[in-house]
Amino acid sequence: MMKHGILIDLTLCVGCYACEEADAERWGHPSSDIHELSSTQNTAVVDVDGVYVSKQCMHCNEPTCESVCPVGAFEKTALGPVIYHEQRCMGCRYCMQACPFDVPRYQWDSLNPEVTKCDLCYDRIREGGQPACVEVCPAEARVFGPLDDLIAEAKRRISETPDQYISHIYGVKEAGGTSVLFLAPKDFAELGLRTQLPDHPLPTLTWAILSKIPNYVFWGTTMLAGVWWITNRRKEVMEYEQALERMEQGNPSRRVNNNDHE
Amino acid sequence: MIQLRAPKLTFWGIAFWAVMALGIVATVVRFTQGLGASTNLSDKFPWGLWIGFDILCGVALAAGGFVVAGSVYIFNLERYRPILRPAILTAFLGYLLVAFALMYDLGRPWNIWHPVIMWNPRSVMFEVGWCVILYTTVLALEFSPMVFEKLNLKRPQTIIKSITIPLVIAGVILSSLHQSSLGSLFLIVPEKVYPLWYSANLPYLFFLTAVAVGPAMVTIESFLSSRAFHREIELPILVRLGRVTVAALGIYFVLKIQDVLSYGLLSYVFTMNIEGILYWAEMLLGVVLPIILLLIPSIRTTKRGLFLASLFVVLGVILNRMNLSITAVDRYSGVGYFPSLMEIAVTMMIVAIGFAAFRLAAKHLPVFPEETHGEAHPPGRHPYEMIPLSSKEVTSN
Repeated sequence: MMKHGILIDLTLCVGCYACEEADAERWGHPSSDIHELSSTQNTAVVDVDGVYVSKQCMHCNEPTCESVCPVGAFEKTALGPVIYHEQRCMGCRYCMQACPFDVPRYQWDSLNPEVTKCDLCYDRIREGGQPACVEVCPAEARVFGPLDDLIAEAKRRISETPDQYISHIYGVKEAGGTSVLFLAPKDFAELGLRTQLPDHPLPTLTWAILSKIPNYVFWGTTMLAGVWWITNRRKEVMEYEQALERMEQGNPSRRVNNNDHE
Repeated sequence: MIQLRAPKLTFWGIAFWAVMALGIVATVVRFTQGLGASTNLSDKFPWGLWIGFDILCGVALAAGGFVVAGSVYIFNLERYRPILRPAILTAFLGYLLVAFALMYDLGRPWNIWHPVIMWNPRSVMFEVGWCVILYTTVLALEFSPMVFEKLNLKRPQTIIKSITIPLVIAGVILSSLHQSSLGSLFLIVPEKVYPLWYSANLPYLFFLTAVAVGPAMVTIESFLSSRAFHREIELPILVRLGRVTVAALGIYFVLKIQDVLSYGLLSYVFTMNIEGILYWAEMLLGVVLPIILLLIPSIRTTKRGLFLASLFVVLGVILNRMNLSITAVDRYSGVGYFPSLMEIAVTMMIVAIGFAAFRLAAKHLPVFPEETHGEAHPPGRHPYEMIPLSSKEVTSN
């Protein structure tokens, strides 16, 4: 199955917040005047000096949340969305701590709290539909489709009207690539997006250590057992010699015999 | 009735019950109102005091168990045997309390067992979870002879004794894995951790500090229990054990200097913001000072000097874990996290339970070697024990 995603063109967004409304409706959340990600808002549009910047899960190609979750509650689907299996979650919040885009939110006031984030309307796109925010956008600032097509489309827009865009598609390389892409009229750092992220997927940082564990366990155990064998053997020999010495002291004739052998 | 109780109300007794009362109030709020009402955690700051202190420090301070068990059984350093049981007891209680504390911090504590069947081998947390579960089991078995001996159960003691070596090897492997992996937890957030604390060496730094702080904790509790139970302290043993701390801290110090050079951190080191000050406090008071104290024979061979050095090691490691988990990520989060009163109350309660449990166990179980007054042990008193007082004493019987 081809990976799908969303291309968000920040030069087109007019700040009508229709996507926020659609998001609230889809999740059954109350609509809100606070334009910020929260446990009741999985899509937010933030006004940064006149540019409307959209925030939601970036659906990384190699998601950090999926890699850090100790119970595998996150899944990168073949279709592109990163989805959350709440029944697995034990609430350690490592996903929140680790997400390079600071996306996951938590139901802090619930006694059975869930992590919340956008799921790219997985149920809708699986049936061949579009994500709610894309469908509802009146300015066509959001395009849904196969990731390769989106990148080609973004490149086309940049080359056709280079004065409108900075020459960078955010999300192609960031943290190893994401399924949500941005085009912007000015520098992404000025718009509050993370630009310090490495080009490689972050899970490689922990995998570099984790992948050594089987070897470590094997050789570590072997070495410790070896050390024990040596020290234990030494102890046995020492005790044997001591016993021998005691016997000799108790039986002088034996010592003479020993000397005879030499 | 009040008159009957009056003599029992010591300062520490009152302090203990006050801490317990506050902790129980906080517990009720936590489990009836949720994490939001009881903590200062937020979407921007999802890990706080309970992870930083209760988990990261809790596990590190319990490292004495594997260090001493490994020394005695694997390296056959019999001289450390008298402090083996207190070290194992501390470790066992430490891990039980870590699990207990985790029940507060997890949003859904009833799912705590999920890593057992829901695997994700790419997760550092998954590995830590498994190691902690297995190592707590190992510690329970290593601790069990103290109970069996008390109850005079011979057969279980024989069984445990026969599997001691594999148990200890497993304990050392599991400990070295998860002690270091607690540092690996932060490898995946290079852009969030303040540069002074981020390093590709984090797992090794965590392991080294655990090895350093284990003996220091054993030393401190030997001092405290020698005062509480009016026993003689095993000073020569503890002084020798201090070498382990010096060696580990020395390597740690070199690695930290290497980080400064290889990551180009000099400008951060000499920036006296809150991070800079706490970094200096951690390095000077927690690393350099104890190394110096432990290297000077006239200091380390005195009770006072050794105690002080150990105390600085312990405080230094606590500061290190808190710095990494709180100080180092606070600037990125921009929230200025400080734990809520209820977070502090729960943490203090857990520490108090630790002290009380250790005291109770030390009082009622054969934890400390009986002081020899020249008289032999009653025959058959320790025939099957996993941890004889010393091999010489057993053979001389």
